[in-house]
This record gives sequence, structure tokens and C-alpha cells, in this order.
Amino acid sequence: MTTPAPAALVLEDGTVYRGTAYGATGRALGEAVFATGMTGYQETLTDPSYAGQIVVQTAPHIGNTGVNAEDAESRRAWPAGYVVRAASRVVSSWRAEGSLEAQLAEDGIVGIAGVDTRAVTRRLRDAGAMRAGVFSGDALESVEAMLEAVRESPEMTGRSLAELVSTEEAYRLPAIGESIGTLAVLDLGVKASTLRYLQQQGFDLVVLPQGASLEQVLEHEPIAAFYSNGPGDPAASDAQVELLQGLLREDLPFFGICFGNQLLGRALGFGTYKLPFGHRGINQPVLDVATGRVEITSQNHGFAVDAPLREQLESPAGFGRVEVSHFSLNDEVVEGLRALDIPAFSVQYHPEAAAGPNDAHHLFSRFRELVLAHRAGARPTGADTATDDVRAAASHDSDSDQKDA
Amino acid sequence: MPKRDDIRSVLVIGSGPIVIGQAAEFDYSGTQACRVLREEGVRVILVNSNPATIMTDPDFADATYIEPITPEVIETIIVKERPDAILPTLGGQTALNAAIALHEQGILARHGVELIGAKVDAIQRGEDRQLFKQLVLEAGADVASSAIACSVDDAIAFAEEYGYPVVVRPSFTMGGLGSGFAHDEAELRRFVGDGIHSSTIGEVLLEESILGWKEYELELMRDQADNTVVVCSIENVDAVGVHTGDSITVAPALTLTDREFQRLRDIGIDIIRRVGVDTGGCNIQFAVDPATGRIIVIEMNPRVSRSSALASKATGFPIAKIAAKLALGYRLDEIPNDITKVTPASFEPALDYVVVKVPRFNFEKFPAADATLTTTMKSVGEAMAIGRTYAQALQKALRSLEKRGSSFHWEGEPGDAAALLEAASVPTDGRIVTLQQALRAGATIEQAHEATGIDPWFLDQLVLINEVADAIRDGDLDEGRLRLAKEHGFSDAQIAQLRGIGEAEVREARWAAGVRPVYKTVDTCAGEFPAETPYHYSSYDLETEVEPSDRRKVIILGSGPNRIGQGIEFDYSCVHASFALSDAGFETIMVNCNPETVSTDYDTSDRLYFEPLTLEDVLEIVHVEQAAGELVGVIVQLGGQTPLGLARGLEAAGVPILGTTPDAIDAAEERGLFQRILDGAGLVAPRNGTATTEAEAIEIAERIGYPVLVRPSFVLGGRGMEIVYDTAGLHGYFERIAAHGIVGPQAPLLVDHFLDDAIEIDVDAIFDGDELYVGGILEHIEEAGIHSGDSSCTLPPVGLGRAQLEEIRGATLRIAAGLDVRGPINVQFAYSAGVLHVIEANPRASRTVPFVAKALGTPIAKANARVLAGATIAELRAEGLLPERDGTVLPPDAPVAVKEAVLPFRRFRTADGRMVDSLLGPEMRSTGEVMGIDRDFPTAFAKSQAAAYGGLPTSGTVFVSLSDRDKRQAVLPMHRLQQLGFDLVATTGTAEVLGRNGIAVRTVRKHSEAAAGDGAEPSIVDLIDAGEIDIIVNTPSGGTARADGYEIRASTVAGDKALFTTVAQLGAAVAAIEAAREPFEVTSLQEYHARRSA
Repeated sequence: MTTPAPAALVLEDGTVYRGTAYGATGRALGEAVFATGMTGYQETLTDPSYAGQIVVQTAPHIGNTGVNAEDAESRRAWPAGYVVRAASRVVSSWRAEGSLEAQLAEDGIVGIAGVDTRAVTRRLRDAGAMRAGVFSGDALESVEAMLEAVRESPEMTGRSLAELVSTEEAYRLPAIGESIGTLAVLDLGVKASTLRYLQQQGFDLVVLPQGASLEQVLEHEPIAAFYSNGPGDPAASDAQVELLQGLLREDLPFFGICFGNQLLGRALGFGTYKLPFGHRGINQPVLDVATGRVEITSQNHGFAVDAPLREQLESPAGFGRVEVSHFSLNDEVVEGLRALDIPAFSVQYHPEAAAGPNDAHHLFSRFRELVLAHRAGARPTGADTATDDVRAAASHDSDSDQKDA
Repeated sequence: MPKRDDIRSVLVIGSGPIVIGQAAEFDYSGTQACRVLREEGVRVILVNSNPATIMTDPDFADATYIEPITPEVIETIIVKERPDAILPTLGGQTALNAAIALHEQGILARHGVELIGAKVDAIQRGEDRQLFKQLVLEAGADVASSAIACSVDDAIAFAEEYGYPVVVRPSFTMGGLGSGFAHDEAELRRFVGDGIHSSTIGEVLLEESILGWKEYELELMRDQADNTVVVCSIENVDAVGVHTGDSITVAPALTLTDREFQRLRDIGIDIIRRVGVDTGGCNIQFAVDPATGRIIVIEMNPRVSRSSALASKATGFPIAKIAAKLALGYRLDEIPNDITKVTPASFEPALDYVVVKVPRFNFEKFPAADATLTTTMKSVGEAMAIGRTYAQALQKALRSLEKRGSSFHWEGEPGDAAALLEAASVPTDGRIVTLQQALRAGATIEQAHEATGIDPWFLDQLVLINEVADAIRDGDLDEGRLRLAKEHGFSDAQIAQLRGIGEAEVREARWAAGVRPVYKTVDTCAGEFPAETPYHYSSYDLETEVEPSDRRKVIILGSGPNRIGQGIEFDYSCVHASFALSDAGFETIMVNCNPETVSTDYDTSDRLYFEPLTLEDVLEIVHVEQAAGELVGVIVQLGGQTPLGLARGLEAAGVPILGTTPDAIDAAEERGLFQRILDGAGLVAPRNGTATTEAEAIEIAERIGYPVLVRPSFVLGGRGMEIVYDTAGLHGYFERIAAHGIVGPQAPLLVDHFLDDAIEIDVDAIFDGDELYVGGILEHIEEAGIHSGDSSCTLPPVGLGRAQLEEIRGATLRIAAGLDVRGPINVQFAYSAGVLHVIEANPRASRTVPFVAKALGTPIAKANARVLAGATIAELRAEGLLPERDGTVLPPDAPVAVKEAVLPFRRFRTADGRMVDSLLGPEMRSTGEVMGIDRDFPTAFAKSQAAAYGGLPTSGTVFVSLSDRDKRQAVLPMHRLQQLGFDLVATTGTAEVLGRNGIAVRTVRKHSEAAAGDGAEPSIVDLIDAGEIDIIVNTPSGGTARADGYEIRASTVAGDKALFTTVAQLGAAVAAIEAAREPFEVTSLQEYHARRSA
């Protein structure tokens, strides 16, 4: 056996885990978080929301099925660093086009393998997400030097990372099937699946850079607006919050996912806060308050909206009544918002999944119906997205899946 | 939606005896269900004919019926107990079939009883192939394409569309006769031509072959509100073509992308909805084409299954327990996750480890059987292991099998790669080792994939293991090399073998280098939330999660994978030890690697280690537990031979062994020592000797006289045990066992004079050093020479007098005292010509402990454990655990319990497709047992037959063919059968004897006799095949050619008819047939108990 090059994972609290280099060699600094999905490492890595983070995979075997163009959620892998227990030596899948290790190297992701990822996870769970560094090659220095580098790196709190991952130029994507109008998508780190699902709902998409102004958005004459997921602290995204408030005042129907949920929360006048270690996995149970049903969801968030559950709220920013539409059954964190007087709603989890279960796909069709009702002059609100007829929605959804395939 | 308040009592149907394909996992699921229902305040009524189960302990239900699981008996129970509902989804196919029968016979409607867990139409949609296929297609998923062909041209057109191979199944032929895979047009022409010819309706069914595809299984749960979760994905390492029960499987699935996995999940959820499983679990099997990703749904089970037990152990998500709650109306989000306590059950477990399950086979017990693995399940048990990587888990699982040659090895030259690949292309027990050798010999992953269809990822892991072996073979045995080996699951024994040193030497070096395992926790959530339940597995990682404890601790070693001879009965003793010692204030720690059992339920003991039962693995657990508190000792006497075999090593390492010492355990096995104890006690054994070579054995046999019973020492279940009638036979015996290495200088062969026509007796007792408590004395119905595990037996004995019982008690006491037993002891005796002979004594819990406990209502398993841990019988009596009088002589009105063995012969075929012989002998071959209990022996025996084989016919035709020595004794029972209205048919010799005794018999020619005249006269085999014979009595003549008997028995087994191979069985059966003419009455164990106390 050839002996691979050594590497180290250093946590802010001084804990050092030794392993072997995986992917790119060098130094990566970022916030260490753990992700518990047992499938979907490629989708995870290419999810722009992970930008600036060091992702620890709790699933022990990573890379088994290689990578392919079809499953990529964006043009590259985003995390700063990558930590795995056992990196696959071979690629085995009829769809594989390359190895994960090669992609990590190509995208400059500094990884480490052979680490007791469960021990790291338990540390992060108990002490909370913290800054960390992955070091290999020449960057593998004394513990003191590495720890110093970690402690000098920026905290995730207060960081705005959207500009890092967002598109630089606006671009258009046509509706799949009959068009119902243009949807303005603010790219805060949007995933390919999200765009595809929106296209399938009949939207012509105009995907806008994160710094777009209200005028720039409106010149595309959208019939609705959408905010994507993305990395960073929602508290550091004042410009996007102001933009959203402008869009809501323009009476545009709105749907937001993940970061988009946090920004809707802020636009409505609520605060956000950092979770101790976040929700990152594809097995997260969420209760849909309106239907009483549980959805198994894909999640990836370190921040959350600060709003009380189980009561009707008044938007502090003057957008009327609001309710928490979904919450986590594990820890009662807000997982969705619904405006009751304006046509806006959002979820903290990922209805587009990828990676993860497809239980919540129907939210895209709810959005389409909201937009259609609004266009027809029916004055719908976010409350109308709380349909009970999940089976109908689900079967509608499987139709669109087939179109997809 | 809260719990339904209209369900106040539930009848739970168990799964009956352990058979291949339906085993201990249903005791695990049923026990969980009963517990949950009672916790919810529901009155639980249970029916299960299997006394070896935990669930049939009177503590787990309000009314426990150990009765046959037949519609008639269940109706009687319904009438008596008036349950509001029946829960049939936790007792395997047996319970599901019983529920359907109750529905079809109108019994449910007649008594207004509702099925909960699954409705009849849902069961039918899941079970009926045509309905299910339709529903899969409606869900937008695919099934294997099939077509009916009436001509060869039809078939060729089909093959052109779907490609070769094509599966050809002739319609309406029996037992899969004539079906096969056509690999090219020539074969297709031949198969289809033959098939159309042999089919009664001139057509064959063609099916697209999915052989070699990847196979997956999902475990799903759904509640009334349509919340559905996937608890676990399981991937078969062996490709489609090997039954999932016989495959090496891994959880979670390791070779699917998220997109592919989510597609399986979507299809699974769609199907569970369409089938209409409202409340509970189901599993769905898929095949995935490795070249295109095309998905085919193979089948679904609308109930808890073997896989769901595995999934529960693999994930920590207790499927059966949750299923029972869902059946009462709860929703998933209303049920807390047991492990985290703070999160709900409406989630999907995330694993941060790998689980590997490997099957345990017993082909050595059926030498004639074809050992090729097919879609018919043949394994008798399984071992599961948890590791941080696949390589680690796989190696742990293989060593958990405790079977010679089951682990990877690097001895000698591997041999020829091509030949090894050729061998590995046929799936068999041990193929994984053959593959490892092939890769070692230079075969490439591509070649190995080509030969086996196994995914290249799994094959690379074997290459990795071989590479690690090369890296650790030479150089210093330093920390680096040791860690490398350990992280890849190598045992100390494997490292020792690679380096040509002793295992102890490796261990010493490893400990000196500080390379020891840490223990991780199975927590359902990959570390996201703290786990409250200490369910551990070892890994060579950084951090251990074993919490220190200040309580006094006892480690109980379980019995490992189920195998014939060491099954659920031993788990029963281990589980009770845990319960009893917990009640007595100890912290209990269970070690076992069998996912089917109650002992590996994390609820059973205070701590569970899911680990192999090898000296190395156990020593490490002892080490970590000693570091975390006070370890009082280890119990080795309850889990059968597996833990007993570790006693010496543990003792040598300074580990305290509770109860009977390893010296005393050895004294019982060591012939010379044991003989001295018998001499001192004034007891006789059959004339005997101990041999380590064939020459010695022949010398002994000639000295003590044939026939002789030969048996290797230190084995369980009569492995290698035979009755030998002459020197030629003894020579043949040594030839047969040569390959198995079960006799040698360290493991001598015991040669006993065989007592012909003796009555065999089993005694289960407890000795505390001073006082003996006899649990029960069992009389075998078959004479000595049939393995006690295969023999039916009765408690109380029906053929022994009080003086004989007292003589047996006295002998047991002297043996227990002589051996210095502290704890359980089982002694086998034989009465021959009025003299009590001691056959053997075992200072451990026996297979019959649960039967005795159920038959007499005495918790002897608990008492065994308490005495092992230092309690005296007097103390246990004072506590009320044991009654005043022991089980030597029972009151005259005590009920009679009969244990009957269940045999797996129908599962096996010889390589040319014939049945294997079903003769009983000294080597145990039964997989399970049932109990019949009633006021007298004939009724109890009739119940046992109904429970084991569906009952004896009460009218019809009896065929009888007897060996000369049996002819006289059979006259009376045959006479009685005639009086009962049976027609009798016999072979010439038997017919003559019966005729002279005034019994009218029709003569039929033997299969081997030439037909007279034009050959139109049918032979007995023809008659059996034609279904004209209802009962077959065929006693073999000792030692001579048995060909005719074989043909008769094979046809009988194939036709599923009642077969008696001993006159003793015949006598019992005749009495039972008379008793069975009246409908059975039912009595619960609780009622028997109340009568005893009255």
C-alpha cells in the first residue's frame, strides 16, 4: 500500500485530528459543520450554501459513485474544506464521469480523510459550530501555527457570502411547457434543481445577481419573485432585505427557500439568530402546521428566523399578519413562514431536495397556483399555499418528475 | 391523532416454530409488540405454538396460549377471550396467512373482530402477484417483463425483445419442475419445447432475467395520517439470484447516488400507499440494472419481516414496537425516538457506521443437499456486525459466524485465479472467501465482477483487505501496522496467522502499543443528538462513548448466530438472565452478534455490545467495562457452546467467570474425569472409550461391541454424531469427517456402546453446591439414537414410575455434586433393560430450558442465572422465584406438555433436484420446536402435531413398511388404526406379519420390485405421489441399504404427508389421532398457573 500524505483538521478550540490528504492540498479555513446525509455528497458539495464552510460528512464512505454532470447543483464545489472518514478508492456507477477526489482537487477543495468524523461531530454538537482549518502539504505546520491561522480567520456570524457564489450577470432560462410569465430569481447561491423545478412550473426565469436593485428587477417585468438558498449570515444581507421589502410592496407574489426564508423573515420585521450547530441532513422531520403532516426534509442551515410558534403574528415591518407555517419536530426551530395578508411564503428547508427526499416538491406547484390566482386578480395570500390536498399535489408532482426524466 | 380508545384487547398471532426463512426475528418483533400493547394498557392475548420464545413467557401477555396456530384453534380463543382486534403483522407469514384464513372462513365477521396493522385487502394486494404487479405499474415503476408462450416461436420473439437469459417456467407443474434459465436460442428451444410438453395446458411462462442485477431493500413505515418514513436501506452484496436471506447485505446502501436512492424511496412510498398499509411497516425489494439504472420492483411484504428486524438492529429504530403503536392509532410524530428520547419517531435514521449481515448455513448437516444458493432461502441464521467502515464490519461479521474458514485468510498459495473465479461464479456458502483468494491470486476486479455480478466497489474492498494483509505481514508489529490492520477489521488471530506467530503474542504487542478499540454508539442520528441508550459497537477510532457506572455489573455472553443445535432456546436463557439479574440489582451487559434475537434488543439489558463472540472481542469489552466500574463477572453457561468455548481463555486472562468453573465444565466433557465422577457416584455409563485416530476408534468399538455411538467432544447439536454398526461403517465415518477437522488430538472422539431400544431421558436441574432443584424430567418419545433436539418428548414423563423419577433425581444430584456445578446442569440418561445409564452431563443451560419453564410454569431460566450469580436455591424459594417442590414428581392432575421438533427437509434438494433424506439420527437437524399442552398425553401430542405439521389425518389410508425388529411392536397400533377406520397398505413382508395378526392389509409392490404383468400395478412411491396415502410409517433397518426407504420418504416429504420413522412415534400418533377427533380445547398459561396455585 502506498502511504498517503498526512493532513490535519484543527478546530478553534485546539482539538487536532490527524488524517490523510484528500482532494487539493494546502490550507482551508472556514466554519466546521457536519452533514448527516448518507447519500448525495456531490449535491452537498456543489450546493453554494456550503461556501466558506468545512463540511464534515458523518456517512463514513464518501466518493463511491464518483461524480457526474447531471447531479451537480452548480458549476463547482463550494466548501472551503472537506472532512471524511473513508474516501473511496474506486468509482462505481453507470452514471459516473469522474472521481470525487479529482473534482475536489480541480475545485481546490482541501480535504482530509481517515478522520474519526463521529468524534468531530460530537465535539461540534456539544461545543457548537466553530472555526476550523484543514491543513496538508506545505501548509501542515506546527499545531500552534495552524491554530493561530484558524483563530485569525473570520467568524461566520456577520459574514456576507452571497457575492462569492452568485451569478455576475443576469441570465434567462425558459419555462418548460407553457409559460405563465417571468419569475425574478435572486441568486444568493441557487441550486440547479431549484431552477429546474421552477421552470417546470411554467416560469420563464430571469436569474439575477445578488446585488440587483429594485429597478433592475422590475425592468424584467416579473409576475413573481423568488429568493434562493445561499451561504452566510442573514443579518449581513441588508440590501437583499430592502429589495425584498420593495418587491413585496410592489405586490409581487414571493417564494423563498432557506436563506430566502431568513430574508423573508427579516423583510417582515423578524430577527434571525445562529443555531448552535445547525441542521444539515436529509432526514429532518418538519411539521406542516396547516395539514398536521410530517415531511422528511433536506436541510442545510446554520441560522434561523426568530419567531414564535403556534400563534398568529403581526409583521413588525407592516406587512400584515404572519404565521410560522412549518417547524422542526426535533427542536422546534422555524422551518417556514406564511404571510396571511400578502402573497408571500417561504420554507427554511429544501423542497428541491437534491440531496434528499422528494416529499416537499409540491411547494413549487403551490407557488405556481399562488401566482396564477394572483394574476387572475383573486388577491390570494400565503395562507392559500396551505393546501390540504397533498396527495393531489404529490401526484401532480410525480407527473413533473416524469417530464424531468 | 391519539390512541384509539375502542381497542381494549388485542389478540397477537405469533409465528410458530422456527423454520428456515421465519426465525427468531419474529420473537423479537412479537415480544416488542406485546410489551408496547401492555404499556398502553391493552389486554394482550397471544397465540404461538413455539415455547422457546420470550413472547410466550406469561409475563408478556395477559393470556398466553401455546396452542397450534390454526383457524379452528384461533376461533376457539376468540370465542373465549373476545378480543377487540387481531394484530397479525408481527408474526411473519404464518400470522398473515392465519389472518387471511380467519377472514376467508368468515371467523372475523362472525365474531366482530377487526384486523389492525394491515387490512385484508392490503394483505392481498401485497401478496397476490398479479394485483401487486398492476399496482407497481400504476405507480409508474417497473416489474420484470413476462409473457406466456404457447410455441417456440413465441419464446424466440420474446427473447429478441428482452435478451438472454430468459427464465422459462412451465405452467402448472409441481415444485418448480422444469424451470430454468435459457442462455441462448438453442437452450431456449429445448426448455420451451420440454416445458410446453410437460405443462398440462401446453404453455410456458417466460420472464426477463434480472440475474446479476443489484438488489436493494427499503424498510418503510406509514401511519394513519399518511406520514411515511424510510427507516433503512439495505443493499445486497450478492447480486440478484441469491435470496436476500442468504445474501451478504450491507446497510445503508453504499453504491447508489442520491438521485437513484430517492427514486427508490419515491417508488416505495407510492407503493405502500397504493397497497394500503395504513399503520405499520413493510419492506420492498428492488432490482437495479447496473448498466442502465433501470429499476424493477421485485416484491413487498405488508408486515414486519426478517429484514425489518435487521433494520431495527442496524439503525436503532424499533420497527416492531413502532408498528404496534401505529396499529393502536398513534401517529409517527406522537411517538418519541427511544434512543434520543427528545426527538420524534417521524424521521429517517442517519447512520455514521456500516452494518454487514452474513448468513449462517448448516449444509454440513445435509451432506446430500445442493449447496448452491438460489432464490429459495437455505441459511439457518445470521450474524451482524457494525463497523466504522465496510471492511471492518465485513471482517467482524465473518468472524462472528464462528465457523472454520469463514474468515479471510492468507495461508499458503492462493491457487489458480481462473479456477477460483470459476468456483466463485456459483454462489455458495463461503463464496466471499473464494473471491478474496481469487483476488489474492491476481484476478482483477473486472474479472471478479464478471464472474459474480458483485459491484466493483465491494470487490475493491476485498482488494483493500488483501493489500492491508500484505502491508502488515512483515516489518515491526508497531502501532502503525496494528492500527492499519485493526481499522480494516483484522482480528488478532488473522494478524497472527499472517505473521506466523501466536494470537496471544499479537494481543500482547497490541496492548503494549496501546492499540485498543473504542466503543461508539448506535444513535439513529449520526451524532446529531445525544443518545440516551447505550447500544455500542467497537471501532479503532479516537473516542469511546462508554459511560462509567458505579453499579455492580455482570456481562452475559450470548449465543451468536442461530444454527441447528444452537438457536433461540439459548437466547431465551440469556435474556432471562438479563431480566433476573437486573431485578436482583445488577447492571446487565449483553454481548451478542445475532440480529434476530431479543437479547440484541437494546431494551433488554442495561447495555448492549453488538460484537463478535470471540475471545479477543470479549476481552476488550471486559477491559472497557472494568475501566468503567466494578465487573462482578461474566456468565458463559447460558449461550450454548459459543460462550462455553471462551471460558478457558477468559479465565486465563484473569476474567472472573460466574458459577460453574471452567475446570468443572471441562470435567464433564473429558471422558476419563467424568468416568471417575460416575464411578464415585455409583453410576453406570454405556461401555465407552476415547479415540483420537481411526485405529483407536476401531479397537475401542471391537472391545465394547457394536453398534457404537460416535461423537466428537465439544460440539453442540450432535455435529458429527452417528450410530455405527460395523468396522466398515466406522471407516466410512472417518472418511466423511476428515475434511471438517472435528476430531484430533485436542478434540477426541467419544465412542460409546449404543443402547438399542432404550428410553432416553433429559433432566434440567440447578445445583447451588448444596441443594439440587430439578426443573423437569423429560421422556423422549423416540428411543435413544435420535438426537434429543430432534426427538419429541413429554413432560411429565408418561412411561416412568415414581421410583424411577426419584432414581433419576438422585443420580442427577450425585453428578452435579461430583462436577461441583454452580448453576444449571442438563443430564441425559437412558433406561435400558431397567438399568439407568448416564449418557452425558452438561453443566450449562440446555435447549429444553424454555420448554420446561413453559410446561411447568417455573422460571428456571431466571433461577439458573441467579444461582450462577451466587444465590442459593433456598433464597430463591424464599423470594418466591422457585416453588416449594421441584419438578421431579408432578401432581397427578398436572397438564402434559409435548415438545415436537420441526425439520427443514423440504428446503433442500440434491444437486440433481431430488429431496434429501428425512431420516432422523443422532445428529440434530431440526430448526425449531412446538409445544402441545393439554390434560393428557394423546391430546398434547395431537396438538404438537397440529402445531408442527398442520395436524394428523383422522381418516384415510396408511402405508406401513417396517424393519424386522419393529414388526412385532407395530401390530397393536396398526390394529387400532384399522379399528379407527383407516385403510392399510403394506409391503410384502410387513403385510404378511400383519395379516397373520388378523389385520386386513393390501399389499403394494416396493419401488425397487419389478412390476408384475404389464407393469400397470403402481408401486408405493407412485401411490404416494398420486396423493393416495395419508400417513406413511417407514422404519429403516439399521445399517443396510436404505434405498427403498429413501424413495418413500422423499415422496412423502415432497407431498407434505405425515411420516413416522419409529414405532414409538407411531404409537403416540395413534393415540393422538383418537384424541384429535374432538375439537381442541384451549387453556392459557395463566390459567394453568392459577390452577397450580389453587
